[in-house]
Amino acid sequence: MSGLVISQLNISHGAIRAVNDLSFTVQPGQLAAVIGSNGAGKTTLLRTLSGLKSAHSGSVEWNGESILRKKPEDLVRSGIVHVSDGKSVIPELTVKENLALGGIWRKDKKDVALATEEAIDLFPRLGERLQQSADTLSGGERQMLAIGRALIARPKLLLLDEPSLGLAPLVIDQIFQAIKSLRDRHNLTVVLVEQNAMGALRIADIGIIINLGKLVASGPAHELIDNPSLRAAYLGY
Amino acid sequence: MGRLLNTILIGVSGGSIYSLMALALVLVWRSTRVVNFAQAGQAILSTYIGYVVITHTDNYWIAFPVALVAGALAGALIDILMVRTLMKRAHSGPVAGIAPVIATLGLLGLIRAVVGMIWGGDLRQFKLPVSNHGFTFGHNTIPFAPINLLIVVTTVVVMLIFSLIFQRTNLGLSLRASAYQPEIARLAGIRVDLTRTIGWAFAGAAGAVAGMLVTPTNYLSPNSLDLLLVSGFVAAVIGGLESLVGAAVGGLILGISLALVLEYVSSSLAFPVAFVVLIAVLLFKPSGLIGAKRTRHA
Ligand SMILES: Nc1ncnc2c1ncn2[C@@H]1O[C@H](COP(=O)(O)OP(=O)(O)OP(=O)(O)O)[C@@H](O)[C@H]1O
Ligand SMILES: [Mg+2]
Repeated sequence: MSGLVISQLNISHGAIRAVNDLSFTVQPGQLAAVIGSNGAGKTTLLRTLSGLKSAHSGSVEWNGESILRKKPEDLVRSGIVHVSDGKSVIPELTVKENLALGGIWRKDKKDVALATEEAIDLFPRLGERLQQSADTLSGGERQMLAIGRALIARPKLLLLDEPSLGLAPLVIDQIFQAIKSLRDRHNLTVVLVEQNAMGALRIADIGIIINLGKLVASGPAHELIDNPSLRAAYLGY
Repeated sequence: MGRLLNTILIGVSGGSIYSLMALALVLVWRSTRVVNFAQAGQAILSTYIGYVVITHTDNYWIAFPVALVAGALAGALIDILMVRTLMKRAHSGPVAGIAPVIATLGLLGLIRAVVGMIWGGDLRQFKLPVSNHGFTFGHNTIPFAPINLLIVVTTVVVMLIFSLIFQRTNLGLSLRASAYQPEIARLAGIRVDLTRTIGWAFAGAAGAVAGMLVTPTNYLSPNSLDLLLVSGFVAAVIGGLESLVGAAVGGLILGISLALVLEYVSSSLAFPVAFVVLIAVLLFKPSGLIGAKRTRHA
């Protein structure tokens, strides 16, 4: 089966079961919002999808192939790119070097140059700051840089961990719109982890709501938005 | 005036070697966060290998690259066989920080013992690759000799090559990214384990160059480079432990101060001065004179 298929996934941190019997599917080209409050297990899930953390049991397939037990550096090469939480840039490097990291393993240098141009077109503020060290960037700019770097790897499955965290509403809008337009233009499959439920569900095709590691609800994003009981309990608006 | 200038020149020559040793320590520190005491052992082993080549070929210039490659290989092997495993086994708890350091200390003892078993403890001497008679200007002969020039030039070349690699190549970018943020580096597709091993290999090569440069004006024995390890540490700490420039500047500061004290105060002070400089830097500027930039916390 194509797309991302997660079945009966269990992930532990020592004695803590952070993800508990979780199953859901994301079709190719879909944008899936994974919603949950603090400690729901969202980061743990993404870290397992990108190979940083091993699972306890269950299976994860991407386009029919099991991706558990693979290393992050190999998964990147097969198109699974993770933008980790906390604005994952390297502050000691310049903006340009951070972007270059995204394509460092790729052989097709022409396309790396093209992808870099596209990333700068998407986030023009990066283009104005190429020679600056990344630690001079604002939080929003860092998030743009982290996403820009991921794009240069030409991802097929993009994993985003709370890109809106700590950003002003206007910047959040900008980032979410960028994510949506990427999905539309490149037929990217996206797993967007968010606490900002409303913002994420508005651009998503499907939503997956988890709490304490367990699936609470999943379905088309607009249905979740309109569901009154979910609203009160999990979506927080 | 001439005396001061001559002293500084000699200091630059000595400091160059400290810089190379500091560079070796900084490369390992940056790539794996390990203070590598075994570096003195790696350097002595490489230099003995150079010595064997010299006794067979009578040619320093063949021995030099052989020692350099041997140093690089030894560095890579130590990382692959020991440090990597150690970091995986002892990754948390109170031993995590100290275990690799203690292991390198053990390795230093081991390498020295093995070198002693193979080549014995007697002091050996290299044939000089170039003269150690000072340059002559008219009637004046200065202490700075062709051998010192060789030391300084080689060091400058090594430093330039390393900074080109670090600043201008993808390998350098991988090395820096893996040193600063290994997890982000992995997510960007960099093979961090391999990159670290390359860092160890570079460090081993730099240490071998230091050993091959210092030994012609000295003698060779299983622990003849121990003092150089201390000076290298001092230089690395003065330079802030993180940067190539720091290692270079730290070595020069130490080399020149030592030369000045030897010349103007007393030659018996050489050893304490290194420690006085070290403690002074730690007291007044613990991050080193060329410390890493503070990052903005957004
Ligand atoms: N390295 C770790 N060691 C032990 N427990 C951990 C570790 N990382 C996460 N946990 C625990 O696992 C659970 C899920 O954490 P996780 O970080 O995945 O949540 P999250 O949904 O990303 O939360 P947030 O929105 O706050 O980022 C929490 O109970 C957390 O305390
Ligand atoms: Mg999280």
